[in-house]
Amino acid sequence: MANTEVLMAGFGGQGMLLSGKLLAYAAMYDGKEVSWLPSYGPEMRGGTANVTVVISDKPVGSPYIIEPSALLVMNGPSLEKFGARVKKGGLIVINTSLVAVACERTDVTVVYVDAGGLAVKAGAARAANIVMLGVYVGYSGIVSHDLAAKMIEKEFAEKAKFIPANLAAFEAGYSAGVESRKGGA
Amino acid sequence: MKKVFAFTDGLTRLPTHYCPGCTHGVIHRMIGEIMVELGIRERTVGIAPVGCSVLAYKYFNCDMFEASHGRAPAVATGAKRTRPDLMLFTYQGDGDLASIGMAEIIHAANRGEKFTTIFVNNAIYGMTGGQMAPTTMPRQRSTTTPAGRDPAECGFPIRMAELLTTLTTPAFIARVSSHTAAQSVRAKKVIKEAFEHQMAGTCFTFVEVLSICPTNWGLSPKESNRWLEREMMPYYPLGVFKRPQESTGGDHGKH
Amino acid sequence: MAKVLMKGNEAIGEAAIRAGCVHFFGYPITPQSEVPEYLAKRLPEVGGKFVQAESEVAASNMIYGAAGVGMRVLTTSSSPGISLMAEAMSYIAACELPVVVVNIMRGGPGLGGILPAQGDYLQATKGMGHGDFDLIVLAPSSVQEAVDLTIKAFELAEKYRNPVMVIGDGMIGQMMEPVSFPDVEIGPPLKPGDWALTGCVNRKPRIITSLYLDAMDLHNHNVHLKKKFAVITEHEQRHEAYNCDGEYDVLVTAFGMMARMCKTAIDTLAAEGIQVGLFRPISLKPFPYEACKNAMLKGKRVLDVEMNMGQMIEDVKLAGLGARQIDFFGRAGGVIPSVEEVMNEIRACHAKAKEKNP
Repeated sequence: MANTEVLMAGFGGQGMLLSGKLLAYAAMYDGKEVSWLPSYGPEMRGGTANVTVVISDKPVGSPYIIEPSALLVMNGPSLEKFGARVKKGGLIVINTSLVAVACERTDVTVVYVDAGGLAVKAGAARAANIVMLGVYVGYSGIVSHDLAAKMIEKEFAEKAKFIPANLAAFEAGYSAGVESRKGGA
Repeated sequence: MKKVFAFTDGLTRLPTHYCPGCTHGVIHRMIGEIMVELGIRERTVGIAPVGCSVLAYKYFNCDMFEASHGRAPAVATGAKRTRPDLMLFTYQGDGDLASIGMAEIIHAANRGEKFTTIFVNNAIYGMTGGQMAPTTMPRQRSTTTPAGRDPAECGFPIRMAELLTTLTTPAFIARVSSHTAAQSVRAKKVIKEAFEHQMAGTCFTFVEVLSICPTNWGLSPKESNRWLEREMMPYYPLGVFKRPQESTGGDHGKH
Repeated sequence: MAKVLMKGNEAIGEAAIRAGCVHFFGYPITPQSEVPEYLAKRLPEVGGKFVQAESEVAASNMIYGAAGVGMRVLTTSSSPGISLMAEAMSYIAACELPVVVVNIMRGGPGLGGILPAQGDYLQATKGMGHGDFDLIVLAPSSVQEAVDLTIKAFELAEKYRNPVMVIGDGMIGQMMEPVSFPDVEIGPPLKPGDWALTGCVNRKPRIITSLYLDAMDLHNHNVHLKKKFAVITEHEQRHEAYNCDGEYDVLVTAFGMMARMCKTAIDTLAAEGIQVGLFRPISLKPFPYEACKNAMLKGKRVLDVEMNMGQMIEDVKLAGLGARQIDFFGRAGGVIPSVEEVMNEIRACHAKAKEKNP
C-alpha cells in the first residue's frame, strides 16, 4: 500500500483534530504505521485548525505533507487553502452545511455531504466532525467500520452519554460515504 | 572558671574574610548556634549568594550550595520541594535578593516555599566595591551615585520585608538588626523562630537583618552604628510583620 | 507494553517517569507546553513534585537545587526559554550535576515564531553558556525515539554527572505517533553519590560550588571537565546510517525530524533509480565525526539539509575536512522543507556529483 495522507481541516473547535486522532488510532490498531501532525498556533478557538494523518505499511517518513491524497474540509477557507493541493486522483470531502461553493477540480473525486445536517439528525449538532470521519471511512475503507466505531466508544468512554449520538453521526456519515463510492465508482 | 565563650559546632573554624566591623560574622554565628540548638545541623542545607557572603559556604558547618546571583530562592525551591525532610536556608545580600533576584524571592515567598531566607541589608554593594544597592538610602553616596542617591533618578530604597508582607500567602516575615549586642540577641530569637516555623513545615520564613558596612560607607564601626540608627532604622522599622496565624484570611499582618 | 498514540511532548513526560524522574520544574512556552501540562497531572499520581516556576531562569535553578540534593529532575522548554536557562546550565555543568533538559525548538532569533525549527543546534552543541563546558545533546527523529532518548538521557547524565539535552523541533513535540514504554511503571530512584547535599549525618559537610578563586584550581577544574568529556566522546557517539550499505553518489546529512523527511525523499528517489545515503547523527554532541566521514567518503558529494540557515553543516565540514564538496539546503523560521523540495535539491547535488572534477 502506498502512503495514505489525509488532511482534515476546519475552524478551531470543530473537532477535526479529534477526527484525525480517531482515524490514526484505528489504523494503529489495524497494525499500520501512523503519524498525526496538527497545525498549532495561538488560535485555540475559531481560527483554522488542521491535522495531517499519514497511514502506511512502512514507518512513516515525513509526517508533513504538502499534497495529501485526501482532504476533508469543514469550512470554506479550508477548501480555498487546501483544495488545489490534493493529489490527482485523490478525494475531497466537503461539508456542505458550511461550504456554499462547489469544488472546481475535475481531476479528483469530490464528495459533498451535509455533515452539519446529518449531525443534527443524529442528535449531536457538534458531531459534524464525526460525520466527516464516517464519510471518509465509508468511502475509502481505509479502516473497518467496526474498528472506527470502537475508537469512538473508547474516546468517549468517560463521557458515555455522548457515545450513542456520536455513533449515530458516524453511521450517517459512513452510509453516505459508502453510497458515494457506489455512485462514483 | 566560668566558660564565657566557645566555638559553635554550627560554624567551621575558618576565620572569615569579612572586613573589620562587618556584622556578617555575627549573623553567621546566630545561624550556626541556632542549627545546633535546634539539633538540625546534620539535615540543613544552606545556600550562599553572590556578594560579600559568596564564601559563606566555607563557614557554615552544614551542607552548602553556592548559587548564581539572585537565584538562591529558586535553588532552595528545587531542593526543598524534592527533599522536604531537609532544612533549607538561603543567605542573601541586598543586591542579590532585592535587585537581580527580585523575581525569585517574590515568587518563592508567594508559593509559600517552606524554607528560610536570611536577608542581610547593609544598603550597599559590598563585594564589588560600594555601588548603589536597591536598599541604598536617599542621598547616600556610593561609587555609582557619587553625588548621593537621587530618588528622582533611582527611586526610593525598597523595603523588602514590607513588600513581601503584602503577599496573601501565609508567611513569617520580620526585620531585625545586628549592629549591637542587644539587637543581635533579639535578632537571633526571631531567626530561631523562623527556623522553628520551617521545622513545623508551616510556611515561608523571611528575616531581614540590618547590617553595617564600615568599609564601603567610609565610616568607623561606631559611626556606622550611629548612621544605621539615624538613617536606616526610621526607614526600615524593626519588628515581626507577619506571623502564620495572623496571615490567613487576607489579613496582611500587623506591625 | 502495547503501543499508545501520544503527542511527543506528553510521551517525553511519561518517559521521564519511566526513567524514575518524578520531579519537574518548568515554565509554559509553545510548542512544549504539553510537557508541563502532562506532568502537572501525572506527577502527583506517582508521588512526585511539579512546580510551575516564575520563569525559565528560576526553573533551571530549581533543577540545580533538586539535582544538588540528589534527586532525579527534569525541565523542558523551547528556544527563547532555553536561552534564559543558559546561566544555570553553565553552573550545573560546572558543578557536575546530573540533569536532563529538553528543548522543543521553535523558529528564532528573538521571539521568532512558534513553528518547528532547528535553529538551536549551535547553541546546544557549542555555546550553551559561559565558560568551557559541554552538554551531551541527543536528537530524536520520532516520538518513540524521543521516549528512548529521554530515558537514555537520564542514564548518561548520572553516569557522567553531566547535563544532557534532548533536542527536537516543534513537530516532535506536537505530533502523535504510536509509542511504547518500558514495562516499569516508575523507574527506581537515583542513588545520590558522595557529592549530593543530603544532610551531613556522620560525615563532613559537602559543598556544591562553581567558584574557584584560585586560577590554577579553576584551570584544573576545566581540565577535569574536558577529560571527562573526552571519555564521553569516546563512548557515547550515536548515529544512524540509512541506505548507506550499497553504492551512492550523494550523501545527505540531516538530524532530527528533518532526517526523517529526507528518508522519504531518498526512498522516492530510489524508485527513480537514484541511490542516496543518509547520515543522521543521534548524538549531536559528541558528534560522530568518524562515522560521518566514512559515510561521506563512500559518496562523491554531500547535501546537508537543516531547518535553519546552516548550523550542523559546520560539524559535517569538520568531519570531512575538505574531502568532499558540501551543498546546503535549509529553511528557517518554521518553514518546513517539503519532500519534493528536498528531492529537487538532491537531484541537483547528484547532477553535480556526476560532473567530472567537480
